[in-house]
Amino acid sequence: MGLRSYIIRRLLLLIPVLFGVTIFIFGITMLFSPIERATLYVTDPRQMSDLPAIIETYGLDQPFWIQYSNWIGQVFSGNLGWSRVVGMPVWDAIWAFLPATLELAIFATPIIIFTGIFLGSKAAAHKDRPVDHGTRVMAIFGWSLPTFWLGLILMMVFYGYFRGLLPPSRLSIPMEMVVNSASFIRYTHINTIDAILNLNGAVLLDALRHLILPVITLSVTQVAFIMRLMRSSMLESLGKGYILTARAKGLAEGVVVNKHARRNALIPVITVAGYVLAGMANGVVITETIFTYKGIGWWAWQSAVRLDIASVLGFALFNSVLFVLVNLVVDILYTRVDPRVRLGGVMQ
Amino acid sequence: MSDWKFMARQLVKNPLSLAGIIIITVFVIIAIFAPLIAPTPEGHRDPYMIPRDGYSATPQPPNEEHIFGTTEGQYDIFYGVIWGTRSAFHVGLVVIGVVLAVGIVLGSLAGYFGGVLDEVIMRITDIFLAFPALILAMAIVAALGPSLKSVMIALTVVSWPSYARLIRGDILQVREEDYIEASRGIGASSGRVIIRHVLPNAIYPTLVMASLDIGAVVLAAAALSFLGLGAPEGYADWGQLTSFARNWIVGPSSDPLRYWYAVTIPGLFILFFVLGWNLLGDAFRDILDPRLARR
Repeated sequence: MGLRSYIIRRLLLLIPVLFGVTIFIFGITMLFSPIERATLYVTDPRQMSDLPAIIETYGLDQPFWIQYSNWIGQVFSGNLGWSRVVGMPVWDAIWAFLPATLELAIFATPIIIFTGIFLGSKAAAHKDRPVDHGTRVMAIFGWSLPTFWLGLILMMVFYGYFRGLLPPSRLSIPMEMVVNSASFIRYTHINTIDAILNLNGAVLLDALRHLILPVITLSVTQVAFIMRLMRSSMLESLGKGYILTARAKGLAEGVVVNKHARRNALIPVITVAGYVLAGMANGVVITETIFTYKGIGWWAWQSAVRLDIASVLGFALFNSVLFVLVNLVVDILYTRVDPRVRLGGVMQ
Repeated sequence: MSDWKFMARQLVKNPLSLAGIIIITVFVIIAIFAPLIAPTPEGHRDPYMIPRDGYSATPQPPNEEHIFGTTEGQYDIFYGVIWGTRSAFHVGLVVIGVVLAVGIVLGSLAGYFGGVLDEVIMRITDIFLAFPALILAMAIVAALGPSLKSVMIALTVVSWPSYARLIRGDILQVREEDYIEASRGIGASSGRVIIRHVLPNAIYPTLVMASLDIGAVVLAAAALSFLGLGAPEGYADWGQLTSFARNWIVGPSSDPLRYWYAVTIPGLFILFFVLGWNLLGDAFRDILDPRLARR
């Protein structure tokens, strides 16, 4: 089976999953009465007197399947409801808050990947020696840490004890004003990138100062996860025949570990990229909430505590679609990286 | 049964899992003797609601009367963390219990019978696994209305699919064994074959591993409570106690660490509880993984 037909088959298989996801999300909204669901579309308090009209327009008293097809039609045309918390459509809110979160992810992802792979292969190469035990204890601590607590402790030390060294939020107020001034062009709404494009060193420094703690908080659990995975993958790879061959022909240990073993050990690690993304999506809600870092996670938290169901469900739907697509891309990449994976075999 | 003895000896020999066992034992003792360690004041109706000493917002440092201090709103931290241990076990045991029951039933149906039933159950797990877990849990809690019960329901809903899949995988391996064929041959019913022959041979390792996930469940529940989506205000719950400290992370400029106890103490309880289970889980994983054990 060729790569193209493989991709097409995978895309077709996505349809039932996404169908199920939307049914599930819609099912959650059906826990509410038509009147409660009508309020999800209210954009102005004055409309509250017109709830029967809204029920009428959106067909909220119709049978499940009719309502579902109405709703899915709305979703496809980009109407996920109204976000009360920020006073704009849910879809617009997602795009407005996404750049801030992307900025966190841009910094956290390489840290997670490189630290995790480096520590994991170190541990495997020194199995049962102090490095291995040390990283193992670190990893177990890493995924036992309540991240919300870690963030607060970091803030207590680096914002409190060191007197404002690494502050919460995204930018300090003066820099916020610079960023919002007419002379500062916001190409991407990602502060660090915009600062570089505008050649503004002060904004860049300020943005980085605000990023350090959230990025650490977001990365810790994921580093622990990748590290342990890399360790076992590396151990597996070090036990293979070609490693014995490489050692037997007298290659230096560094070359054996770094070239022969590590490259092959990386392949299984690639497959969990989707899980790392999901872990980050979970972590973003907590991290952004603690640091009042106004990205998509902070918005989702605000919506959840104010019981703004339209926003919370829109956010969940957005995340699941993203997650499913990333997993698809990962699987496709996997077939490219590892020629041993037979395309037909992956399916079953 | 000598397998179990061997396993127990391995766990006690390894310093990490031994530490895990000790930590968990301490927490079990705290939970059982909570009424003696932190007695409920006279006339206080619900022991799970933390008693308050006044209504002042500013946390008070540890003193003779409140040995861990008080939080915002004068909730006693010591009382909260001790009774919070009970809440943690309650949430963890209930969620893992229900999740395993659902996982065993659906996983063994899918694995043993295969075919359309397997396909349907697996596609349903796909749907649930298409969400980042905490985000789905958050959405469910928001929809059901924030409460400890909603948190437990949400965590059950997001966790059962992975266990159903694990158990299905185990059963697929065992199903083809000769002794299963033999018991079918002598006319045992499907139910009898599953309960008497397949399950005992397939899922003990999975069950052991899963029960150690209590730590992960409690961590997720604490996160939801911290976000303000869990226990009602004043309920003895570690996540909520931590969130009470949110406005008191940084003290006055003369003494920036003045309120350290308000955030540090509840967080340490969560950390050690989860750590205990994870230390044990990590050691188990090594013992149960034959590929690693051989080296």
